Order: sequence, then C-alpha cells, then structure tokens
Amino acid sequence: MTASAVLFYLFGALALGSAIAMVLNVRNTVAAALSLVVTMIALAGVFVLLDAFLVGAIQIMVYAGAIVVLFLFVVMLLNLRTDLFPPGRSFLPKVLGVVAALCLLALLVPRIGAHLPAPALLPEGFGGFRTVGLALFTRYLLPLEVASLLLLAAIVGAVVLAKRRID
Amino acid sequence: MVPLSHVIWLSAALFTIGVIGALTRRNLIVILMSIELMLNAVNLSLVGFARVWGDLGGQVFVLMVIAVAAAEVAVGLGIVISLFRNRDSVNVEDVSLLKW
Repeated sequence: MTASAVLFYLFGALALGSAIAMVLNVRNTVAAALSLVVTMIALAGVFVLLDAFLVGAIQIMVYAGAIVVLFLFVVMLLNLRTDLFPPGRSFLPKVLGVVAALCLLALLVPRIGAHLPAPALLPEGFGGFRTVGLALFTRYLLPLEVASLLLLAAIVGAVVLAKRRID
Repeated sequence: MVPLSHVIWLSAALFTIGVIGALTRRNLIVILMSIELMLNAVNLSLVGFARVWGDLGGQVFVLMVIAVAAAEVAVGLGIVISLFRNRDSVNVEDVSLLKW
C-alpha cells in the first residue's frame, strides 16, 4: 500500500469518526461544531490526495475558516443551554430516522458497482490554481457570475433576517 | 490512487451520517451542520469522479456547491437568530405549527 493510500484511509477514518461524534454529541453544540471542523479538514486532506489542490485549499478556507466560525458565533450569541432539549420525550422518531437513513444506505451500496473506470492519466497541473482558475474564468464563466449573484442575495437576505426590526 | 469505489463508499457513509443527524437531532443548528456534512459527502464523490475521468468540471462544480453552502448557512443562521428572538428556542419541536 502506498503512502497516499495510507493517508486516504487515515483521513477517511478521521472524517467518519468526527462526523459520528458530531451527530452523537447531544450535550454541547460548540463541541459538535468543532467536530465538524475536524471532518472538514480531514476531507480537505482527501481532496488533496485526489489531485484537487485548489478545492482542498478552498475547503479549509471557506468551511473550516468561515462557515464553522459562523456556526460558533451563532451558538455563542444565542447562549444555548443543554436544558432546552429535554431528553427522551419521543424515542420512536429517532429510531425511524435511523432506519430511514440506513435504508438509504442500503439503496446506495448496490449501486457502487464493480465496473467503475480506472483513473485517467492526468494532464500537467490538473486541479491546481492555474488550471481550475482558467476553467472558471473561461468555460464556466456564467456559473461563476450566477454564484456571485447568489452570494449577494444571501448577504442581503441574512442581514434582513437577522435584523432586529425592519425599518 | 485508491480505487474509486472506496471514495464512493466513504462518500455514502458520510452522507448517511448526515441524514441520520438531520432526521434525529432536534437542535436546529446541529441540523444545519448535518446538511453541511451531506453537501461535503457529495463534494467528495464529485472530486473522486473528476479525478477518475480527468475532467475539471467536477472540481468547478464542487466550488459552486461550496458557494451555495455558504449562502445557505448565512441565510439559515439568520433564520435561526430571528427564530430565537421570537420563540426563545432553537428546538425544532417548538416550531411545529405547520405540522399536520
């Protein structure tokens, strides 16, 4: 097994473990957000191992650096306490939720076939800043502009929603 | 490179964990985090397929998904804040007015 395969399984196990820790952590929302950071950084490592260097860097910057900070900021702003969630009032919905998710997994697993293609030979600089940037600003220019418009709308929407009173 | 099926396995497992979190947890913030986890699982399989076919379109799509996720989190947390202001709670069972 090569070093990159070892690293892939290591990062994959880390991502799975911290994702499970995030879902199972019912006590502390801040700890759940920090588990999410570990998942995001492990996934960034997996992205780099799959030759997606720019995506891995942006994953760390946007997810671990911005989105989870926003989560932590809101958790601390709302001063969440654990007694807001009285335990064990309804057990059946949880069991049904887990069963539904496992049914989804059982639907997905047979479709992970054995006829997947072998990895292609990559051109020079695949997934680097230069190639992805060139693709973004030439062939995928219109989706990029639409994404910027969406982000503008999201900024305005978030400000309006979180405002105390709309004048 | 590891076999593509292992990448898809990891992606499916992460997606299932996200679905379990979104269906079973009652904290609205943790539900948003689980949705982020599902989006990341899909990103992982997109990156895996982009690597296997040597096509940059998958990675560009991942960047679009990240932009949409950032927008979703900003608006979602704005909704959470205004909900907390009105109901003094982020428990989804306290906002079940439209249920049935």
